[in-house]
Parts: sequence; C-alpha cells; structure tokens
Amino acid sequence: MAELDHYLILSGVLFTIGTAGVLLRRNIITVLLSIEVMLNAVNLTFIAFGQFLGSSDGQIIVFFVITVAAAEAAVGLALVIALFRHVETLNPDAFRQLRG
Amino acid sequence: MAFNLVLFYIFAAITVGATLLVVVQSNPVYSVLLLIGSFIGLAGLYVLLDAPFVAVIQIIVYAGAIMVLFLFVVMLLNAPREEIVQSGMLESGATRAIGALLAIAFAGELAWALTRSRTLAMTSAGGRPSYSVSQIGQRLFQEYAFAFEATSILILVAMVGAVTLAGRHLSKERRPESRTRSLQDPNG
Repeated sequence: MAELDHYLILSGVLFTIGTAGVLLRRNIITVLLSIEVMLNAVNLTFIAFGQFLGSSDGQIIVFFVITVAAAEAAVGLALVIALFRHVETLNPDAFRQLRG
Repeated sequence: MAFNLVLFYIFAAITVGATLLVVVQSNPVYSVLLLIGSFIGLAGLYVLLDAPFVAVIQIIVYAGAIMVLFLFVVMLLNAPREEIVQSGMLESGATRAIGALLAIAFAGELAWALTRSRTLAMTSAGGRPSYSVSQIGQRLFQEYAFAFEATSILILVAMVGAVTLAGRHLSKERRPESRTRSLQDPNG
C-alpha cells in the first residue's frame, strides 16, 4: 500500500518539474502548461491528505482548484492570443513594452 | 496490498515521465498531448486514493476541456517551435542557468521540508473512507454553497474577460464593414 509520503514526494517532484518549466522555457504556452502541472501537483497533495485524514474536504477543494484552473487557462490563453497579435512571437522576453 | 504499490509506481512513472517530456519538448503540440498523458496517470493515482469523483473530473474537465483549449490555441497561433532566443538583454545562457539554479534550490527546499515533517509518519490507520459522489455533492451544495456560487461568478468573469481580451479585433473589423454598407446603401 502506498503511504502518504509516497504521494507527497511524487507531488514535490511534479511541482519541481513545473517550476523548472516556468523558469527555463521561453515559450509562453509551455509556461502556461507548466503552471497547470504545478496546480496538479498541489491537487495531488490535497487529495492525498484528504484521504489519509479521512475527510472529503480534499476532493471538494480540488474541485474548486480545477474550476479556477479552467478560468486561469481561458484568460491566460486569451492574453496569449492578444499578445501574439501584437508581437507575432510566443517568447515571453519579447513582451517588454506593456503599452496599449 | 503489494499490488496497490505496484500500481502506484506505474502511474507515478507515467505521470513523471510524461510531465518531464512536457517541459523538455520544443513543439507545443507534443507538450499538450503529453500533458494529457500525465493527467491520465494522475487520474489513475486518484483512483488508487479512493477518489473516483476527482479522477473522472480530471479526465473530463482537465484532459477533455482545458487541454483541448490549449491545443486549439496552439494550432490557431500556428507557431509550433520555440525560437532560438535572439541576442538581447536576456541572454539565454545566463537566464537558463539562473532558472535551473532556482529550480534546483526549490527541489532541495521541498526535499528538506518533506524529510523534516512529522506527518510523514502518518499512516492509514484503519480503512480509508471512500466518499461517494452524492456525499461530495451534498457537502458542496450545503457547506460550500457560497464558494460554489462564487465560483460560478468567477467563471462568468473569466469568460467575459477572455472574450474581451481575445476578441478585440472584431470591433475594428466591423467598422469598415459598416462603412462599406453605408456606401453601398445609396446604390442599392
């Protein structure tokens, strides 16, 4: 039986991969995907703690996290489209002038 | 019991492997598809944790809806490959070194926190309760009713925001169209 620390370590590994993706990649869509990876790592922690503490709160919180992630993805991708229309690139280093 | 552990390692390997490939890939289309594989591995882990509701939500909402949105945007923008960073203020080498350093420091920090915490000794004393969808739904609509409604407003705000941000060119396109129509009106 996999214990709680298995899940916590796996979650830590996933979160670290997501962080590395945000910090290292120079493609704004991959950066958004890495943020989704980080959100999922936290979801795994919530579920693991909720189940091992014998509570359904973890699952309910994950439900809300997924909803917020959907909203974040929609707005983030809309921003990507708007930015791409202006600079014709997905490199976040190119988005330096925040003028209209 | 050992079978569960084997399943855990299989799903964990799928998840970590797919996630690593997501970050390493230079083609965003492959990244999105690999992330769907990573989510399927995570859904298997949720089933192992006796949380089938979240596992199904993970597949339907995350892999089905959010990732399709990502895929749609990747294909809409039609910029598949990450460009080599042109020489500028942010040189790629230095930025990557600092980023890698920060990520490694963060991994060390997480490992330190995990080894120090006492909760690691916590084991599943007795059987884990498995909550049915109806139990979760009742809690969601009774105790968490306010948060649930607030979430719906958040979704509405996000929807309006996304349409406003991404669909701004529509108002610009409509203007010449109305101009031509007003020009055509005397003829017709």
